[in-house]
Formats: sequence, structure tokens, C-alpha cells
Amino acid sequence: MPDQRANSLRSGPDQNGHFGIFGGRFVAETLMPLILSVEQAYGEARNDPAFRAELGNLLTHYVGRPSPLYFAKRLSDHFGGAKIFLKREDLNHTGAHKINNCMGQILLAKRMGKQRIIAETGAGQHGVATATACALMGLDCCIFMGATDIERQAPNVYRMKLLGAEVRPVTAGAGTLKDAMNEALRDWVARVEDTYYLIGTVAGPHPYPAMVRDFQCVIGEETKEQMKAQEGRMPDSLVACIGGGSNAMGLFHPFLDDAAVAIYGVEAAGHGLDKEHAASLAGGRPGVLHGNRTYLLMNDDGQIEEGHSISAGLDYPGIGPEHSWLKETGRVTYVSATDEEALDAFVMMTRMEGIIPALESSHAMAYAGKLASTLSKDHLMVVNLSGRGDKDIATVAKFRGEGGVS
Amino acid sequence: MSRLSQRFASLKAENRAGLVVFVTAGDPGRDVSQAILNGLPKAGADIIELGMPFTDAMADGPAIQEGSKRALAAGMTLPGVLEMVAAFRQGDAETPIVLMGYYNPVYIYGVERFAQDAAKAGVDGMIVVDLPPEEADELLTPLSRSGIDFIFLTAPTTDDARLPVVLNKASGFVYYVSITGVTGTVSASEAAVKAAVGRLKAQTQLPVAVGFGIKTPVQAAAVARHADAAVVGSAVVEMVATGDVAKVHQFVAELAAGVRKARGH
Repeated sequence: MPDQRANSLRSGPDQNGHFGIFGGRFVAETLMPLILSVEQAYGEARNDPAFRAELGNLLTHYVGRPSPLYFAKRLSDHFGGAKIFLKREDLNHTGAHKINNCMGQILLAKRMGKQRIIAETGAGQHGVATATACALMGLDCCIFMGATDIERQAPNVYRMKLLGAEVRPVTAGAGTLKDAMNEALRDWVARVEDTYYLIGTVAGPHPYPAMVRDFQCVIGEETKEQMKAQEGRMPDSLVACIGGGSNAMGLFHPFLDDAAVAIYGVEAAGHGLDKEHAASLAGGRPGVLHGNRTYLLMNDDGQIEEGHSISAGLDYPGIGPEHSWLKETGRVTYVSATDEEALDAFVMMTRMEGIIPALESSHAMAYAGKLASTLSKDHLMVVNLSGRGDKDIATVAKFRGEGGVS
Repeated sequence: MSRLSQRFASLKAENRAGLVVFVTAGDPGRDVSQAILNGLPKAGADIIELGMPFTDAMADGPAIQEGSKRALAAGMTLPGVLEMVAAFRQGDAETPIVLMGYYNPVYIYGVERFAQDAAKAGVDGMIVVDLPPEEADELLTPLSRSGIDFIFLTAPTTDDARLPVVLNKASGFVYYVSITGVTGTVSASEAAVKAAVGRLKAQTQLPVAVGFGIKTPVQAAAVARHADAAVVGSAVVEMVATGDVAKVHQFVAELAAGVRKARGH
């Protein structure tokens, strides 16, 4: 739960969901009453010890938390600088950090008496986590996924179907995450009575950015304790990849007021920041989309542009509003890694640590490696390994021109 | 008196509802779109809702999404929308024009500058789908300084407790979204429209226009029996897609005839 001190960087958003000028509730009137009811229900749930106990129980016994904080010795030696620790969110049930948020929101949806859950997904990790939560709770599940993403994330599509979810292909736009989110919003507006929209990242209208952050903060809270237990002190730096930014926010937020901890968010630079990419903070400007004001990729007329990244989970032209705010306050340093750099990091982590990382997390590793080599050997760096990469092996094989995977 | 209040006053004097016609600016191309727009009053449109195209029309169904896409592909921009309004105004000083769309292009244009330029072009009102009253002030304030009405949406989900939150900031007219859903999909029953209009009228003096899901002259007439205006969008936009100006105006004339006959005189 966020720190409420006025001089804290952890006290946002304000009561209307604003982080500075960012965030808010930019939705059609039809959805406004629903958004307000989600906010009210969440406000009650987060203060209810029974809710927190039930969530804690699921995180421990179903998700498998705490996830390990693993000292990656070979990678550290390779870069010859900082000690690199991997926060192993890839070891969670369903293979990514997404499940942390889904457990929280599914309990909220149940509490609100909703029978049907909808969600958007890019890489399919959030879709799989949502479908899993729905199977566990016996709720109907419909996942909106861009047609392009369905193609490049076939194993996750089949997993969702096995779990009992309907996967609805979205052909509008480029058929990626942005379009899936539009379609989920359209569905929600038509099914307001029985449907709960389980947003997978720290974006969308208030209260989602704050709520998803709160459910993901377990990542950073555990990291703090684990580092203390292993090294007897706080880490010196944190590195995480950012699409919408939920794994990053979950790791960063508990450390925001610890000024000595350097924090780096890594956006997807695609083919390069001067070409097609998905780095909203580096290449975008503040605008309004999907219920919140935040940095967005757009043209001069305010028309939204498609992001590009080899990683379907980062392929989004926006970013969570709290990240936009943290960029402007300067507390977090936002950088980027290209498709190629991410692929190199993917291979390196696989070969040196025997861990196949998600392409999303590979972006964090790509930057972390560069940074680590410039730092001293007593520097403690945490890289959020937000998901595992089994889902990505076909993409990687294709890129490397290797056969054997279809 | 603004064009909108003047128009609603004369509709009241005629004891009939108005027909609001929605087309997307620049759909399917600039010239055809201008020709369609210019001919709408003669075809029977009492008020024109001119769509500002946007890449991510989250509250719209397939018809209007496609219209937006066609307009953008043909090069329409927000300055282009204002130019079309100005061109329309050269031949028509009376028919109110309400711009409808999403906030981002307006925000990027700059709200102060936009309010001034829109007033200069001859815009009378604005509907911004993703600006609920909680977020609207930043645009509403400059618009009202420019004499442009901000028209809020109300929906079946806007309950009596919430209605004043919306109505307190509304001007021009109140737009009732008659279904929970996106544009151009399902239609509300006449009984539901009647009840909803009654619910709104109990809390506001402003005229009530009803839209979403009205596709035929018969449906338009049913709404026109109870509301101050009926809005038809997707069905017109589907005609616009053909690029046949006369066909669009013919369809609008049929809708107008339905609306004009609705109250049996």
C-alpha cells in the first residue's frame, strides 16, 4: 500500500487519479459509473483484512511467492562490474509477473459479483494469467488479442483456450495491444452489468494504474527483504523493462523514497529510436488515450501511431501515467534497448545462466549488461526477470533464421 | 441567442423533434465530404454532428471506425475539419454544427487556440466522448469563453444520483446514449427511450437528443415522438462509404420525413 506522506514520491495519485498532469479518468460516460464502482470496491477491499489474507494465501500457495532473488554469477562475471541479481518473476505460476495482479483483481471482481471477465493481451502473458484466474474461480473469460499477436504468440493462445477462455481476434489497426484494448473497452461498454475488465498493466482510467501497481508492489517489497537477507543492505540500482510498465512499477514503487537507489526503466526501441519503435517516453509526448493522460506515440495531428517491438508485450504506443510522472520528476531514468540488443541478451542469459527470459525481460537485461560493465564490483543491481521466454522461441528462431520451431 | 438554442426554439414552435445527422469530416474524401455536408440542411438535417476522425474510436462501432479510417487515409486533420466548417458557413449561417470526437487531437491542437479557431470557423458545440465531467473543465472553460456549447453524454448507466454531476456542466443540449454499447449496434425500444427522456427532463431544462442505434426512418420517428431530437450516425456513414452524394441526401430526406411525421401532423 502506498505511503501517504505528503513529501513522499509514493503518495499518488490524488483522489481523482492524477499523478501531476498524468492519469485521470478519460472514459465515455457509459463507463464512468463502472469506473467509480471499481474504485469504491477496491478502496473497501484494500482495507479489508479478509481480502488481504485471501490474496496473500493465493500468492503463497497458488502463485508460489515469494519469487527468488537469484545472484547471476556468470552474467555478473561476464560484464565484469556490478553484482547482478535476477528477480525471478518467471518462476511464478503461469510464468510471469502478470499473475500477481490477476489474483488481486479476480478477488475484487468476485467481491463485486461479476460473472464475466474480459482482458486485453499483447504477448499473451496477461491473457494466460487472466484465463488461469478465471478457471480457478469458475468465471467466464473473454480475451481480446490482436490478430498479429495471435500469430506470433500461438502457444499462449492455445493455453488460454485450454484454460477455457474465449480468445477474440482483433483485426482493427495493426492488430496489436492498442487495438485489443480498444476492443475490450467496446465490449465492456456493451456488457456493463455482468462484466469486469481486468486490465493487465498500470494504465487505463483511474483506479487501474494505482490498483495494478499496488498488486505488483509485492515484487519490490520482496526484493527489499531478500537483498537485505542476502547482502545485508539495499540494492544500488534497479532495472526493469517497460511496455505499459506494470512489472517495472511493481519493482520500483517500494524504492521510490530510497533516494540512494538508482532506478532504470527500459523501453523498447524496436528497430531504433529514429525508426519504428515503442518507446513512448523517448519518442512520444503527453496525450490522452485509453482513459488516461500519459506519454503517447502520435503524429502532429494527435493521431495515435502504432508501436513496434519484437516483443509483443512491449508493443504499445503508451505507458502507465505514473511512469510519465516519474520521468518528469526525474526520479526514474528511462532508457531503451533495440530488438537486436534484446535478442542478444536473450541468447546470453539462456547460455550463461540456463534461464530463457521473455523477450520483454530481455530488454531489461540488455540495458543492465551495458550498465553493469561500467559499475564497481560491490554495486548491487536488481534486474526484474518479469517472465519466462518459452512463448518467444518461435520468434527468436525466425529472427535468427533457424528452423526447428514452428 | 446561439444557433443551437435558436434551432431548438424553432423546432419547439413547429412542435416537432429535430433530426441530427452525423457524418465524419473528410469521409470518404475531402471534396465528397464537403458536398455531403453542404447539402445536409436542404436534405432535412436540423443539426449537423461532424465527426473529427480519430485512430482509436473506442466508443464507436465498425461503421464509424471505418469512416474515421477512410477520412484519415484521405488526409483529413483537425485543422482540415475546421476548414470544412468554415466552407460550410459560407453558404449556411443557421444550421448548428456540433463537432464530435475524442480528446487527443483537440488536446494536441491546444485547447485555447482550438476554442478560438473553432468559434471563428462557425462551430456551435462540442461532444468529446472521452471527456466526462470529471475531466472536462480544461476544455469546457476555453470553449465557453468562445461561446461554444459543451454537450455532455448521459447513458443508461448514469443514475439519478449522478445525473446532476453531468447536467450541472451541460449546455446546448443533452445527448442521451440510448443503449449501453458502441454506436451503430443494438437499438433501444421506444418505451425505454420514453422513460429515459422523462428521467432527464425531470432534472434539466435543456433539450434532449437521443442517439446510438437509430438506423431507419421508422426508428427515428419513434424517438422523435419523445425526444427533442433524434441522432442518426452509423446508418448515414454506411451510405457515405459509397461516395454517392445524392444517395446520402436521399437517405437523410427519408429520415427527416420520418422525424417530421412523428407527432402526427
